[in-house]
Amino acid sequence: MTTVFEKTSFLTDAPFHYCPGCTHGIAHRIVAESLEEIGAEGRCVGVAPVGCAVFAYNYFNCDMQEAAHGRAPAVATGIKLVNPDNIVFAYQGDGDLASIGMAEIVHAATRGVNITVIFINNAIYGMTGGQMAPTTLLGQKSTTCPSGRSAQVNGYPVRMCEMLATLDGPSYIARCSLADVKNVRQAKRAVLKAFQNQKEGKGFSFVELLSTCPTNWHMSPVQALEYVKNEMTAQYPLGVFKEI
Amino acid sequence: MTMEERRLMKGNEAIAEAAIRGGCRFYAGYPITPQNEIPEYMSWRLPQVGGRFIQAESEIAAINMVYGAAGAGARAMTSSSSPGISLKQEGISYICGAELPCVIINMVRSGPGLGGIQPAQSDYFQTVKGGGHGDYRMLVYSPCSVQECVDLLYDAYDKAEKYRLPVMILGDGMLGQIMEAVTLPVMKDPSTFPKKPWATDGTGVGQGRRIINSLYIVPDELEAMNKKLQKIYDDMCANEVMCESYLTDDAEIVITAYGTVARIAKSAVDMLREKGIRAGLLRPITLYPFPKAEFQKVIGNDSVKELVATELSMGQYVEDVRLVAGGKKPVKFYGRSGGNVMSPDDIAAFVEKEVQL
Repeated sequence: MTTVFEKTSFLTDAPFHYCPGCTHGIAHRIVAESLEEIGAEGRCVGVAPVGCAVFAYNYFNCDMQEAAHGRAPAVATGIKLVNPDNIVFAYQGDGDLASIGMAEIVHAATRGVNITVIFINNAIYGMTGGQMAPTTLLGQKSTTCPSGRSAQVNGYPVRMCEMLATLDGPSYIARCSLADVKNVRQAKRAVLKAFQNQKEGKGFSFVELLSTCPTNWHMSPVQALEYVKNEMTAQYPLGVFKEI
Repeated sequence: MTMEERRLMKGNEAIAEAAIRGGCRFYAGYPITPQNEIPEYMSWRLPQVGGRFIQAESEIAAINMVYGAAGAGARAMTSSSSPGISLKQEGISYICGAELPCVIINMVRSGPGLGGIQPAQSDYFQTVKGGGHGDYRMLVYSPCSVQECVDLLYDAYDKAEKYRLPVMILGDGMLGQIMEAVTLPVMKDPSTFPKKPWATDGTGVGQGRRIINSLYIVPDELEAMNKKLQKIYDDMCANEVMCESYLTDDAEIVITAYGTVARIAKSAVDMLREKGIRAGLLRPITLYPFPKAEFQKVIGNDSVKELVATELSMGQYVEDVRLVAGGKKPVKFYGRSGGNVMSPDDIAAFVEKEVQL
């Protein structure tokens, strides 16, 4: 019998704890496949965030460090400087990266430190129960903006890719969606490209993945994917924002 | 190889050089007075020995870079002064929870808030009673001279790695800025350092993966972890206490102080002795662990009538002195604050005025 598909060796056998319909699982798989494909096994350190992906250290088949909330880019910087030949990545959500960790991500990017950051944007704080995120859409309801995000009260959602693309440090900045197969395949190409950049020493690379949170959005998994496709993609246009 | 040598050095620079000779190869920091000579020195000196210096965007980032580098196996260090050390507390707690060895320098300035840039000892509580969240301790040294800074830092990483916790040097602006002649020891050979099988050097795969983490979601597992840490702290308390006792054998008045204030107090002891007053000095070199046995021994001396705790704060260190005195001998307090530093005359005058002999 010929094996036509198997799980990437860069994921452990630990079952994911993620909710049904959550796209963290897809994001983990394309990160892991990309790491396997660039040959990172045995020379890789990942940094897990605080939030839904905190247990990422159980899933990626490499050395892992768990960072304090928002600090993953600083932790990854320390790891990378000690062993520059290792592939080092941080995996962060929107509250972690775009709110409490805004300083760390901006300075890692402008420093051009040769790490890869995977940014999961599902427009909500998932682990803590659905509070407003810096990326929550205008009009979107959360437990801390129960009648919907208002620009007057809550300010506007943050576009990270566009902001980071103004900096000279990054080598690659892209935003993709995990809403359907076509977009997942595009996301895989972007993540792979980001890790290849690191392997080639090109400097900081960053991929934002528009993701779902059916649980806190109070939607079915299918509705959540539609929400990403129709609402989130309108606020967060897909594309490559910087490439050198 | 960098050999032993004699040099005239500023405290901050001597600290940086001694850390490097003791094995430091990674430094992350952020500018704040009065410790700026440490990052400045590290910025040119670390690359000479194959180390890495990085100026972080904040104190928070700096301590988290140390978390990453220490987790990856490097002998890592950060330094700051009081307001900056406050910002580092989150990271320090994580470092303790993840059992990472590192060295942290606090060249204390006066507070609270932005306070001032002059010397103070008002971070005592923050340093020895926690500072960050959770049940953790650090090994805290309080040197009183530039040479003692060098000597303590030289072996600080060996201690940090033995117990897998941060070693903190609690200095002050005076110690950082003063210039003194020092003997610098020979550069330690990194190939002789103990291996770190727990470090995330990138080679971990499958069962051999290393995970640096402080998350224990199951209560029993976290309690077991805290008990394990406590055992390590108990072990440290049993083995690492350092204390200087000066003319205490026949003393009626025992002055006690730490760091630079202890040096001032020592001069006060000599002045009082010249006047025929039998004074002595107890100087903790480790603030945590606190030298309880050494204090109890001296407090138990029949000759001792009273203790005087003197410090550059409104009364922090004195609480531990009173705790160890346990009501057996009275403890008077003499403190200065705001960056004001007492002179030997001030301490001697306080003793003559306040202590009944």
